[in-house]
Amino acid sequence: MKRRKFEELFFRALMLLATIIISGSLFLIVGTIFYKGAPYMNLDMITKTPGGGFYIGKAGGILNAIIGSLYIAGGATVLGLLISIPVAIFINMYIGGKTFLANTLRMAYDVLFGIPSIVYGAFGFLIMVYFGLRASLLGGIIAVTLLVIPILVRTLDEVIRTVPSELGDATFSLGATRWETAKVILRQIRPGIFTAILLSFGRAIGDVASVLFTAGFSDNIPTSLHEPAASLPLAIFFQLSSPVPEVQGRGYASALVLTIIVLIITILSELCIRKFYKQKV
Amino acid sequence: MYQEVLQTESVVAKKTHISVKGLNVHIGSQHILKDINIDIPDKKVTSIIGPSGCGKTTLLKTFNRLLDNSSDVKITGKVLVDGENIYDPNIEVTRIRKKMGLLSQRPYPLPMSIYDNVAYGPRIHGTRKKAVLDELVERQLRATGLWEEVKERLNASANRLSIGQQQRLCLARGLAVNPEIILGDESTSALDPLSTHIIEDLFMQLKEKYSIVLVTHILRQAARISDYIIFVYMGKIVEAGPAEQVLQDPQEELTRQYVKGYIT
Repeated sequence: MKRRKFEELFFRALMLLATIIISGSLFLIVGTIFYKGAPYMNLDMITKTPGGGFYIGKAGGILNAIIGSLYIAGGATVLGLLISIPVAIFINMYIGGKTFLANTLRMAYDVLFGIPSIVYGAFGFLIMVYFGLRASLLGGIIAVTLLVIPILVRTLDEVIRTVPSELGDATFSLGATRWETAKVILRQIRPGIFTAILLSFGRAIGDVASVLFTAGFSDNIPTSLHEPAASLPLAIFFQLSSPVPEVQGRGYASALVLTIIVLIITILSELCIRKFYKQKV
Repeated sequence: MYQEVLQTESVVAKKTHISVKGLNVHIGSQHILKDINIDIPDKKVTSIIGPSGCGKTTLLKTFNRLLDNSSDVKITGKVLVDGENIYDPNIEVTRIRKKMGLLSQRPYPLPMSIYDNVAYGPRIHGTRKKAVLDELVERQLRATGLWEEVKERLNASANRLSIGQQQRLCLARGLAVNPEIILGDESTSALDPLSTHIIEDLFMQLKEKYSIVLVTHILRQAARISDYIIFVYMGKIVEAGPAEQVLQDPQEELTRQYVKGYIT
């Protein structure tokens, strides 16, 4: 009896400790960024491009990286969506959601999902070399697109699978073709598509390895797809590597900006998911 | 033995609309429908009754080839609609499906407005003119008794309607493509008694123009609205014939037991 009681207590303490460590480290991370970055946050940071040399520069801001990141993440998400929606529809409506082939494809996308982003970066780089592209906004978008496609496909696939088959039966019995039915299903899952967009955008904007040698870096805001583009993760990395304390502080401020952007996206997608499931009841 | 009964009943039916010949359906390794032969009369209400899992919904779904969409399905035999084998490989499936309106267990309105739900079918089949669509939508909504209830809010989302109204909307949506046959798959099982009554009344009116085939597990409903009844048990047709005969004076022992409630 005593042993059972002790066991209960012991594991309860263990679970509590694990929970505290996890939530504690989350607060610690956000707290550190805030504590170190907030003093360097000002309007210039988010409205100006860097003044002077980047590694030692203390003037200007990181607008180049903010815009660059939004371009890359936005471009990759749009491009990824254009590829993923047809794939998800094809798996579920043409191959048949429960068939062996469909499940094999799903596994393939799960494997792709687990591939480290540096591999996508390297692969994107190879494609760029093949086509004679230099490090550029376009290169970055291509590499990040590869990174987000598995996320988009799997999210859309899950959402499409929540649509009751009777909805398809209804349009089919009206004489609709598969594609016409697919359009109705896409309409039905609109909130789910929005969720997928936000998830993919969130992943894309925070990834550093895939843009490292594909997008390059620049102090200017890119004006064409062929110019190199800065990104927030890289801006943080470069500034934190600087020996100058003030530049390091600006690195933390950049991290704060990125964290806030990701936070907004997370909250938005959470709201979307809630709306989606509420609508289904 | 049941074959003989069937043959005689088919003679009784005036005109045949759907004729099933030697139909077998396998799903995976299961033999769901076993050598089905049945004629379904024109402009009558025919109910398919039987215990859950006996294959009655599967049988219904072979009539508009909805079963094709499931994976691992093998269908052999013929289903003749107006004398045309719908399982002929050269047939255009969308045209066959358009001939039949389906009313499923629960209403599934399309994610669009009330108006667009009814106009959906005509639109995919090429009707674009607004005046034509307006007239059509009103006519079908009137036919299902929904017009007075929704005429002020045709552009509202169909999901806002009550479940009984949604089911009538789904019926109107099906009627809008000018079908010849209405297939009902336990169409009232999710509805309250009043809505059930309205739908049953609609079926009675609609049989003037359409052949109606219903799957139901409610014997009283089958008795109320059917002209003919087909009793399916374990994937086979046990008995088929005029409603009163099957319910009051069944020829087969199994039917007798089912009607009395001994097998469910």
